[in-house]
Amino acid sequence: MTRRLSMALMMCTLVLAAGCAQVKPWDRDLLAEYTMRPARDPLATATREHLWFSREAANGGRFIGGGGCGCN
Amino acid sequence: MSNLLRALKGIRLSLVLLCFFPALVAGVAAQTVTNATLKVGDLFPALVKYELEGQLPASLKGKIVVVDFWASWCGPCQRTFPLMEELHQRFGKRGLVILAVNEDRSRAAKDEFIKEHPVTFAVVRDAKKKLAAEINVPALPTSYLLDRTGTVRSIHPGANTAKNSRIFIQEIEALLEQNSKQP
Repeated sequence: MTRRLSMALMMCTLVLAAGCAQVKPWDRDLLAEYTMRPARDPLATATREHLWFSREAANGGRFIGGGGCGCN
Repeated sequence: MSNLLRALKGIRLSLVLLCFFPALVAGVAAQTVTNATLKVGDLFPALVKYELEGQLPASLKGKIVVVDFWASWCGPCQRTFPLMEELHQRFGKRGLVILAVNEDRSRAAKDEFIKEHPVTFAVVRDAKKKLAAEINVPALPTSYLLDRTGTVRSIHPGANTAKNSRIFIQEIEALLEQNSKQP
């Protein structure tokens, strides 16, 4: 049973590993689309940030530098 | 009998592994098969072999050339375009050639962008993305500065800030100066 489970896990890893790919800068047009943005409503984001700051006394850390297009 | 069963199980396992192996190889190959990145000091490849869409400048031989890779969906590229136009206006008469290589998937997107941001320098589209893949452009936008022999003298990836624009302009001026002294 354990052997089967480990085999299944190995298969899943193989399949998932095959799906990994680095998107080249010139192919990132779909990633740069408006709908791919994690925060599409600046007002809602600002409100959420404010609530987060008020409740947790902590700010920032929500996003990493650079956009989806990887332009910079 | 048990030996036979064990052997059959082994064959089954091998068959399952064989099914997944090509997928893994394809995935890994997709990540590893990349062309060598064009570096400073390398010769820029001849543009004619990349089936670029649009009119290439008449002659690039013996000219100082700026090859700028951009796309309409790339925000920082929109900030680089005015700089390219400024460079073209300022140094065009002294022999600088600006060539903007577009990486848009559709020609319409490129045309629309050009309509909104009209420019006087040459713009071509790398429709098959062969050129970008060949030289492995590190980011969009990226500007390559080539000397009169077609050798890459500097590479400027990312949007041009006031500081690196100044450096870029100094490099262009130095090359133009050299070019005017050489026969």
